[in-house]
Formats: sequence, C-alpha cells, structure tokens
Amino acid sequence: FVTSETSSAPMMNLFMEPASEASSGPMVDLLMDPASDDLKEPPKPDINPLADIINDAPLSEVKTPVAAMTQEPPSDLFDDEPSELFAEPRQSNTAKQQQTSIFDEPDEDLFSEPLGEALKKPQNDVFKEALAPVAKDPTDIFTEEAITTLPSAVSTVSVNSKTNGVHSDEEEPDIFAEATVELSLDSPRNDRKKKEAAKPSASASAPSVSASASKPQPKTLEELIIAFHSTGDGMNAYMAYKVSTQTTLPMFRSKTFTVRRRFSDFLGLYEKLSDKHTLNGYIVPPPPEKSIMGMTKVKVGKEDNSSAEFVERRRAALERYLQRVVFHPSLLQDPDVREFLERDDMPRAHNTQALSGAGFLKMINRATDSLSKMTIKMNESDVWFEEKLQEVEAEDQQLRKLHIMVDSLVGHRKELSVNTGGFAKSVAMLGSSEDNTALSRALSQLAEVEDKMEQLHQEQAASDSFCFAELLADYIRLLGSVRASFDQRMKTWQRWQDAQNMLQKKRETEAKLLWANKPDKLQQAKDDITEWEAKVTQYERDFDRVSATVRKEVLRFEKEKARDFKKQIIKYLESLLQSQQQLIKYWEAFLPEAKAIA
Amino acid sequence: MMQEGLDDGPDFLSEEDRGPRAVNVDLQTDATLQVDISDALSERDKVKFTVHTKSTLPNFKQNEFSVVRQHEEFIWLHDSFVENEEYAGYIIPPAPPRPDFDASREKLQKLGEGEGSMTKEEFTKMKQELEAEYLAIFKKTVAMHEVFLCRVAAHPVLRKDMNFHVFLEYNQDLSVRGKNKREKMEDFFKNVVKSADGVLVAGVKDVDDFFEHEKTFLLEYHNRVKDASSKSDRMIRSHKSAADDINRIASTLYTLGTQDSTDVCKFFLKVSELFEKTRKIEARVAADEDLKLADLLKYYLRESQAAKDLLYRRGRALVDYENANKALDKARAKNKDVLQAETSQQVCCQKFEKISESAKQELIDFKTRRVAAFRKNLVELAELELKHAKGNLQLLQSCVGVLKGDT
Repeated sequence: FVTSETSSAPMMNLFMEPASEASSGPMVDLLMDPASDDLKEPPKPDINPLADIINDAPLSEVKTPVAAMTQEPPSDLFDDEPSELFAEPRQSNTAKQQQTSIFDEPDEDLFSEPLGEALKKPQNDVFKEALAPVAKDPTDIFTEEAITTLPSAVSTVSVNSKTNGVHSDEEEPDIFAEATVELSLDSPRNDRKKKEAAKPSASASAPSVSASASKPQPKTLEELIIAFHSTGDGMNAYMAYKVSTQTTLPMFRSKTFTVRRRFSDFLGLYEKLSDKHTLNGYIVPPPPEKSIMGMTKVKVGKEDNSSAEFVERRRAALERYLQRVVFHPSLLQDPDVREFLERDDMPRAHNTQALSGAGFLKMINRATDSLSKMTIKMNESDVWFEEKLQEVEAEDQQLRKLHIMVDSLVGHRKELSVNTGGFAKSVAMLGSSEDNTALSRALSQLAEVEDKMEQLHQEQAASDSFCFAELLADYIRLLGSVRASFDQRMKTWQRWQDAQNMLQKKRETEAKLLWANKPDKLQQAKDDITEWEAKVTQYERDFDRVSATVRKEVLRFEKEKARDFKKQIIKYLESLLQSQQQLIKYWEAFLPEAKAIA
Repeated sequence: MMQEGLDDGPDFLSEEDRGPRAVNVDLQTDATLQVDISDALSERDKVKFTVHTKSTLPNFKQNEFSVVRQHEEFIWLHDSFVENEEYAGYIIPPAPPRPDFDASREKLQKLGEGEGSMTKEEFTKMKQELEAEYLAIFKKTVAMHEVFLCRVAAHPVLRKDMNFHVFLEYNQDLSVRGKNKREKMEDFFKNVVKSADGVLVAGVKDVDDFFEHEKTFLLEYHNRVKDASSKSDRMIRSHKSAADDINRIASTLYTLGTQDSTDVCKFFLKVSELFEKTRKIEARVAADEDLKLADLLKYYLRESQAAKDLLYRRGRALVDYENANKALDKARAKNKDVLQAETSQQVCCQKFEKISESAKQELIDFKTRRVAAFRKNLVELAELELKHAKGNLQLLQSCVGVLKGDT
C-alpha cells in the first residue's frame, strides 16, 4: 500500500529540515569501512536484513543476488552504516529481506515473500544503482558500480538481510523466503550500507570513478553503495553520485546496476516518499540537508581538506539515507524508490531547490502546518502514544545537546593537532640549537614523537566526527521524522473528529428541515447524512490504521536505533583504543632516547 | 576568595610534583643549609609562603626556623642580588613569577553566574574541576618560589648573602613594598636603556672564543626556548579543552542513559562512565605535560635570560675596561691625571677579569644543570605518558569488551 498510494495531500516535507538544527555535521565517515562490512548479509527472508542499516553495516550487507527479496528488517532504516546501509541485497518479491535494519525487526523481510510480487522485487535494487537501465528489475541489486559521475558513495544497497539489521548477521538469507507483502522498511537499510561502502573519492574537479564498491554477498537483499564523482565546472558544476545496487530481488530488472544521481534527486525522492507515506504514519527517513556553503566551496574548486571532507560526509550521509530507505520494507516497495535506483535518466527535481517557487510554497505550508499542530488538542485514548511522544522529544533535546558537544570536541582536537604540530617544529628548532649532543638528539626525537601525535590527534578528530557526530546528526533528523508521523496520526484524528462534527451538523439540519416541513430539501439532507456517515466510518478506520502503523514503525525505529547506536559507538571506542595503542608505541620508542641523555 | 590552608605541610607537595625544586634545577642539597617552603596559604589577593630553614651554619641563631614571606619579598631579594655589583659575575637565579590566579578566579566567577543554567551534577562537577585547577596553579607557584630559594641556597657565594639570611630568619615583616608606579616607570626606562646598551655591547666582538660562542648560543637558545614554551602552552590548553568536552559529553550521555531502562539506556550509562574515567586521565596527561614540559621550558627561558644578563654585564665590563684603557692612553699622552686614569683602568681590569672568571664557571654549570634537568623531565614525561596511555587503553578495552558482550 505504501508504494502505490499516491497521497493527495502533499505531505509537508517535515523531514526536509529534520536535522536542520542538528548540525548535520559532516557525517563522519562512518562509512569508512564500508566495503567490508556492507556486504553483510544476503537477504534473508527471516532475517532482519535491515537490522544492519542501523548498524553501520557497510555495504558488506549481504549482496545476495536478488534471488529472493529477502525481507530486510526495517531496522536498517537507521542503520547508517556508511557502507552498509544497503548492503543487503534484497530479494524483492516474496522473501522479506532480512533487513538488519536498525529496527531490527526480525524477519520482517519484505522479501520474505516470494518474489512473485513484482512490486517487491524492484525494491531490492533500489540500492544498487547499476548502470543498468532504469527498467525495473526487481532483482537488481545495486552492486557497486562505480559511476564515475558521482563519486558518491557507491552504496551497494544490498539488501542483504544480514547486514542490515540487527538480525541475522550471517545467515544466508532466503530473504524472500517468506514472501510477505509487507513493506517494511528493511530494505532501505541495505542500500544505505552500500552507499556507505563506496566512498566518494573523486575530488570536485576530477571525475573519478570511485567505484570501489564493497563486495558484500547480497543474499537477497539489496545492497546499495554510493560513490561520488563530480561533473561540470564552475558554478554549474554539480556532484554526481553513483548509486550502485546489487540485489536479488526479483522486482528489479537486473541484479546489479548503477545510476547517476544528483543531490537534488535524493531530495526529490524524499519528497515523493514523504508525500505518499507520511500520511499513513510511516517514518520516512530524511536525507541530509542542503548546504549552500558547502557546495559552493566545492564548486569553486577549492581543493582543500574542508571541501573534501564535506563531499565525503555528504556522500556517506546520502548512502546511509538510501540504505535506510531500502531497508524499510514498505518503502522499498514504492515504485519511486525502484525508479530512483534503476532508472537511467531521471527528471530533475527542481522543486527541491532552495530558492524555487516550490521551495517557498513548502516553507509556507510547513509553517501553517506547525501552527495547526499547535492548535490540535487530541483526546488521547491511548496513553502509549502520549508517552512515546514525550520520550521522543526528550531524547531529541539530549541528542542535540550531545551533538553540539561532540562538535566542540572535534574542534578542540583539531586545534590540538595543529598546536602539537607547531610545538613539534619548535622543539626541533630547540634541539638543533642545543649544544649537548645527547640532549640535542633527544629533543629532535621528542619533536618526532610530537609530530606523530599531531597525526594521531588529527585522525582521532576525524573519527570523533564521522563515527560519533554523524550518527547523532542522523538520529536528530530521524527523530524529526518520528515526530512527523505522530503529527500525522493527530491529523487523521482531527479529520475524523471534524467529520463527526459535520455529520452532527447535517443531522441537525435534517431535523430542522423535518420540523420546518420542507420536504424538497429533505432529500438533500438525507443524502448529506449518508455521505458523512460513510466518511466518519472511513476516517475512523483511517485513524486506527494510521495509529497501528505509527506504533509499529516506532517499535521498529527503536530497535534500529538501539542497534545502530551500539554498533557505532563501539566502533568509535575501538578507534579511541587504537589511538592509545599508537600513543604507547611512540612513547615507548622515545623513552630510551630520553634516558640516554648524559 | 578561596581560603586554602594547606596545613598538612609537605602533603600537598607529596605527590610526584613534589620535588619541583629538584626537577628543574637538579641541586645537591647541602646539609649546611636546607631551605624549603613547608606551607602556603592563599588569601584574597596574595599568597603567604612559610619558608622553612634547617642550617648548621653559625650565622643563624637557631638550627631550624620558619618565617612567613610574600611574593614581593622574594622579588626584593632577587633585585638586591641583581643590583649588587659583587654578584655581577654570577647567574642570578631568576625570580619566581607572580602568583596568578586571575584566570582561575574568572572562571570560578563565571561558573557561579551560570549556575542557574546547568544541572546540579554539572555544576558540582565543573566546580570540582575548577577547584582542582586552582589547586594545581597554587602548587606550581609554591614550587617556583621554592626553586628560587634552593638555587640561592645552593650557590656557594649567594648563600652567604646578608639579605638572604635576613630573608630567611627575620620573623617580622620585611616591610618591602611592591614598587609603586614611579618606580615601575623607572624600571621600565632602565630596561629600555639596558636593552639598547645590550645591543651595543653585544656588537663588540669578544676576544675570548668561549664567550663569543656562548653569546651566540645563548641568544639563539633563548629565542627558541621562548617559542617552544609558548607553543607548549597552547598545545596543553587545547588538550585541556578537549578533556573538558569529554566531561560534558559524559554528563549528557548520563542524562540520556537515565531516561529509562532499556538496553540502549544501559549502554549509554556504561559509555558515560567510561568517558568520565578517560577524561580524568586526559586531564592528568595535560597536567603532567604542563609540569614536565611547559614548566621546564618556562624555567629555562628565565634562566637563559639570566645567563644572557650575565654576559651582558661582562660585556659591559669589557667595554668599560677598553674605554678605561683608551682613557689611560689619552691621559698618558697628555700627561694629565695619569694616576687617576691608571687606577680606574686597574679597577676596570680587575672587575672584568673577576666577572670573566666566575662567568665561565657559571655558564658551564648552567649547561650541566640544564642537561640534567631536561633529562629528568623528559624521562618522567615519557614515563607518565606511558602510564596514562596504558591506563586509558585498559579502560577502553574492558569497556568495549563489556559492551560487546552485552550486544
């Protein structure tokens, strides 16, 4: 239902600026180790391929051929593993890809259903942007295809059930084993992983094809990898991202394919998905923010660390984004997703431009929306929702705080690195003017140690940023999406209430007409009543449905989040650990030199 | 502000940074005269040091006694050495820097103002940190004053100085007031003249190779130590800031972790605990670097300046001697005031030779001291860095092990 539904009400792109506050800081290269990790699990039907999405499953997600769209546990939605987001190849159709998605929904593999469903198939391939034609190849998993166009991370959106999700990690998934038509958001996870796996390597100017896609063995889920590549020059330059998918999902036309996409395409995809699905309470993962500053620098051809970092961060973030999308079993089924992954040429999504007319319209709509949000006082019958919303809001607050602090840490570490370098040079100078030879040598050794420390601090700062800060930024944005789904539920409730009021009014009108004895208008009144009775029933059902979806989504989200955080933070701690080991090595080498001073 | 009575005398100096006096200076303490600072009190805007002396010398009335001195009195003593012509040929131990708690006080004040905006735990934590910082600065200033006294006590000539004995023994206030504005201005001008003169004097090429070499060496060395000292300060400051950040991150993780009791929350709590511990270690690393590296460099910055001053004095004496020679020649030529010229020339010659002789020894001693001090500090620095890194590593390993086990 997700895929085919075309929501009439344009969903405010609530997610568009999800993390606007959250500094979508450069996503640390969580995707750093994409390749290996992404291809985690081949989609397994019962496995939660999406589970990995939440973890930083690099593209190692299972790149199982899209034999079966394994269900990818939607948990991967949040699995921003750079490389692995989409690691799981999804077998569309039946098998629910085990999405080791963040949400770690076990076996909510979309792909568990036999790929019979054409709908499902293409899902898997979402992540694999094979250069294959946009045809909807169900089983196209996005293998890493390094499209030189965009050095975007080639995310092999392998909808491997393994990788994503918390679920099954190495199960050879028959992801599509149980073909269930659930559009769990497992798949996106896989894709993301893939994206992350492929790190963008091209610099702004050089079109480089960085396809180093990870080689996950997608079982059934798709794997998605994004590599980037830049094209064009001057202010017209834009970064083209190669999205490679590897999938076994039958709904895609081929097993591996790659396409080129621009950043605005990603935003466009989000708009479409959001328009369609948020209405129904789904948590649609938000893409990274636009950044005029960042892109301008890159366009101008500024070849320095900050722009390289920006590009890498964006690539990684895009990869994770796609992987989350693919990991979501429901979203994976959406033809827009499939089209995004497969279709060779896509119409430019102009209405995502910041200064476009559509952009302004969006802003206005958003404003009115938030206004109306404030005035809806919902009669909460189910306290679960109220509590959850409070939790989400509290968490959002804390995450934002934490993100600011981590950013500060990154800044100070970078500063420390620079200052250590300065100190190292200074000590070297001192050593050279020292006339006692042993001391002079020791001082120059000290200078070398400090030099190495400079390097160490630099790396540590990068790790802080990519492992930790980016994780937080992703989640801040995602929490925005979660809130939006709650809002959506409220809206449906409101609509139901309004309909009830209207029905009441119509009944009163009827009564009045009867009393006033105006039989000609009576028929009209009766018709109205029937119409509104139907609407009330419909809207009530809608509300119940949306509530159920929201609930399910939130549970899935929480699982994904848990998995994601654990994985990322452990990874971060391991990097800290390595730093210390290096430190020890350096000082141990220095100590005898110091002792040798005479 | 903060009243800190460190009455447990040696205690506050009992940790590794206890022997700062020996750290930078590597002195052999002589049984005949031992000086140390046994206690210190920090009051609103001054620090009171308790100077404790143990001596077998006959000059003193008792064998062991203590007096209370303030920073200005140390400066007075130092200046009296500098102004004493007799000591022109020695490296005068550099004066200790003024105790400077301004930065710390400011931070404490800001903390007090911002109390409302943070949680109770955060506030307590930050307050503790600031107090620790204050204590560290305090210890350092005590150490530096102590080093000065020990250097004087270890110097064969300076230890006999009358003013020094008065300083050690006279248990009343020395009534030494800090320089008033006019005197400070005078000093300033004196310095200007001196540096100008110094340039002139330095320009005179020295016949003696040793001194010529020393001059060039000291000039370059002094500048480089200055640079290294300021860079090390900057580096350590960044290190401290990073440690502070980790502290805050730990608090926020803790808050996240206490929101409910799911797995994720327990996870956060563990990580928060880990960060708390690693940040303490990081802070220690920064503090140790400060002590072993930054302080060392700062000290030798001051000492090398003192050595330069010695060379200047010698150069000055040389110039005077040469001028006296010229005057003598002129007088002889004119045959007028010859005796006077001869006497003055004699005086200058003697002065110059006396300075030269002692200066040579002083400079050689300076080198020895410097090498020893650097060695000691660098070794200790390396050992401490290793100790802390290993501690950190262990913490991280055990935590990662636990976390992985849980998941």
